[in-house]
Amino acid sequence: MREYSMVDHYPVSARDFATAGDASASIKRKLKQLGVDSAILRRIAVASYEVELNLMIHSVGGTLTMMMSPDEILLVSSDAGPGIPDIEKALQEGFSTADEEARNLGFGAGMGLPNMRRNADEFSIQSALGRGTEIRMRFRLQ
Amino acid sequence: MEDKRYHSVRLDPEKCKGCTNCLKRCPTEAIRVRAGRAHIIDERCIDCGECIRVCEYHAKYAQTDPLATINRFKYKIALPAPSLYGQFKKLANASQILEGLLHMGFDDVFEVAAGADIVTRAIRERMRGMSTDEFPLISSACPAITRLIQVRFPELISHIVDVRQPMEVAAMVAKREFCQKRGVAESEVGCFFITPCAAKMTAIRNPIGQEKSAVDGAISMLEIYGLLAGHLKNYPSELTLSKATSYGVGWANNGGEAVAVCPENSMAVDGIENVIRVLEEIENNKLRDLVFFEGAACTGGCVGGPLTFENGYIARGSIRALMKNSDLRHPDEVVKASYLTKYALQTTKKITPNSAMKLDDDIVEAMRKMEQLESIVKSLPGYDCGSCGSPTCRTFAEDIVRGHATKMDCIHILKDQLKIMAQKMVELAKTTRE
Repeated sequence: MREYSMVDHYPVSARDFATAGDASASIKRKLKQLGVDSAILRRIAVASYEVELNLMIHSVGGTLTMMMSPDEILLVSSDAGPGIPDIEKALQEGFSTADEEARNLGFGAGMGLPNMRRNADEFSIQSALGRGTEIRMRFRLQ
Repeated sequence: MEDKRYHSVRLDPEKCKGCTNCLKRCPTEAIRVRAGRAHIIDERCIDCGECIRVCEYHAKYAQTDPLATINRFKYKIALPAPSLYGQFKKLANASQILEGLLHMGFDDVFEVAAGADIVTRAIRERMRGMSTDEFPLISSACPAITRLIQVRFPELISHIVDVRQPMEVAAMVAKREFCQKRGVAESEVGCFFITPCAAKMTAIRNPIGQEKSAVDGAISMLEIYGLLAGHLKNYPSELTLSKATSYGVGWANNGGEAVAVCPENSMAVDGIENVIRVLEEIENNKLRDLVFFEGAACTGGCVGGPLTFENGYIARGSIRALMKNSDLRHPDEVVKASYLTKYALQTTKKITPNSAMKLDDDIVEAMRKMEQLESIVKSLPGYDCGSCGSPTCRTFAEDIVRGHATKMDCIHILKDQLKIMAQKMVELAKTTRE
């Protein structure tokens, strides 16, 4: 197990559009102050925002965790459900199960998971129906 | 003349009361109040002029060149910003202003609006060869926004337009054409921008996209307003000096550049806090279809600049009225293609991130400081009152970590501490009496 000297938890509530983006904004602000390279920061910004909104729109609520060591950042999103029935399909560009409300607000383009996978150096997703989903994204700093 | 540390925005310590108005409004947290007066952190200041606008005591001001500096040069050329045209009501056309400037002692005038026409065409040519992942292109017209990006959005730097600003292009063209016409050396000619803001002044002394500015100085609109207004009455409305298109004139208002450069899939935002919000959306990749973004630090665009005289909303209307009387053709039709090759319109210096927000150059050390910062934040009241002299409790914690403040600078913590001490003294008094 790698040593992460910094671990931050950000709870994300289901359907709380008022606080949407707060967690990723805090993460961004912190990483900028830490002097993380701007190209890497951009990728983390996109991925953390997408994963936070996924939690807010699709899950019953969960937590976004940022773990950091001097040479890498690990973002973990975990929720308690409902889980993704078909992960392969969910990873396809343009596939979305977002409802009318979310779509009206400009979400649900079906780019969430593909964007996360594209921006992270390592991406893994595990999901069990009724139990929840865990997404892990690793970003190398060097 | 270039000075990496130069800032136009200054403080007059005599007038400063040490209040928290500017402190709370600075978008880059560049102001601290210490020992009863404000201090500007040079490395963070982006010269947006927000503090000038909010200071009731006029303690914040923009340093510009006094009109008399034009006399340093044998030949003087005025470069009026398009926003100057909005300072006067009921003008038949912009030529009256140009004529007025000539009568004020300038040997020639070149409209920055005409520079904007050239820049419009140049940006459009540049965009043709671009791939979609280079979008959205971010306008570089407002230097305060470019500096904001350097400080707060370094990952968006590569999106900034790499064509020089209209002011720079106007100076290059004006100088060369004047020298050819009159047969004089460039060193004898000075180009002076008539500026609506501090940010442009800073952009001349401490340029962002090039080593040296082609502009020799900036004169505040407020300084020449009275003099110029006095001249205007005397001219007939049939003058034809103004050559800029209505698009170029339109750059004075927020949205004018976007309409000229990229009418489809563009967005124009004014007011620095609003710009920050949209840059965050761009950063999150939320505006995927956006091709061109124009952000202005001032409300309404340059017409809302801190050195303008007329109310920005009235000026906006005046600009619209003038646009109707200008050449209505698009700059693509008016600007000769030869301009694009004859002049070095591309920026020559790479824009680099400004690391003034960084806690430390060494990431291990930065992380240690961040941990310290977070634990201090938890012990603070979270009122963000500014009494300690830092804009928020979080920046106060940051200042402590950087060694610029101590926890007792927080009056709430100090008050609690005093209560405890008073309690102890009462107890001590009781025990000694017995």
